[in-house]
Amino acid sequence: MNKTFISAFVTGLVFGIGLLVSGMANPDKVLSFLDLAGAWDPSLALVMAGAIAVGLIAFTLVRGRSHSLLGEPLRLPTKKTIDRRLVLGSLGFGIGWGLAGFCPGPALVALGAGELKAAVFVGAMLAGMGLFELLEHRKPASSQPAKSQ
Amino acid sequence: MTIDWAAFTPWAALAGGALIGLAAAMFILLNGRIAGISGIVGGLLNPQAGDITWRIMFVLGILLAPAVWLLAAEMPSIQIDADYPLLIIAGLLVGISTRYGAGCTSGHGVCGISRLSPRSVIATLAFMATGFLTVFIMRHVLS
Repeated sequence: MNKTFISAFVTGLVFGIGLLVSGMANPDKVLSFLDLAGAWDPSLALVMAGAIAVGLIAFTLVRGRSHSLLGEPLRLPTKKTIDRRLVLGSLGFGIGWGLAGFCPGPALVALGAGELKAAVFVGAMLAGMGLFELLEHRKPASSQPAKSQ
Repeated sequence: MTIDWAAFTPWAALAGGALIGLAAAMFILLNGRIAGISGIVGGLLNPQAGDITWRIMFVLGILLAPAVWLLAAEMPSIQIDADYPLLIIAGLLVGISTRYGAGCTSGHGVCGISRLSPRSVIATLAFMATGFLTVFIMRHVLS
């Protein structure tokens, strides 16, 4: 099998285990972090700090490179403009995140753990993503779809 | 603001965060891609030739993480208080908005900030702000 497929699988595995270790896979803990006015659990700020500390090193290492260690072209987002799509989309995402305590990665981990409620959330999330594709493809051919992160 | 010290798990949070960062590092260094979950999953709904298998492998890795975890330890608590209607509304909103905003907590919050992208900093501030606000309204205004 192609090496990049194996590395994608292992990356997903490490990512999922990281979500389990950190507590992010538990919506109750996520909501305790987002509840500034209640009994606040600051743990998730440290998840972000830990992830960015390691990420900073990696993204510094790839600066100036054109290919990955496995010879794949480096595909970094090229869009620089802060537009309405970015801001409104992110504001909407935060509302959905705050309603249930799930963002996409943790919902997949909870689904993998056999949680029925996570399956319902993931089903709805896929429907939302499908709706986005439908709306995008209804647009005239001249407009470019957003380059995803 | 009162901090819930009993619930605070600084070392697990830092270690788990470092693993998430390691995954982001592996993906850019090995596959040359951003480890953004919403983009990876969303790309499967508009499949392009030659651009499908790696996405499926990544998602399989995440889905199988709990099974691998169980080989070594007990499953940590996953407590989902939201009822089904709320989960459906939240899921739809997360699905459409993350695609519209080109990223979620992983793509913008971890990878984007790590590469010092101004777009991702703005996106992260935006979703954190409405995340805090939504929980405030749900827990302290509506209930």
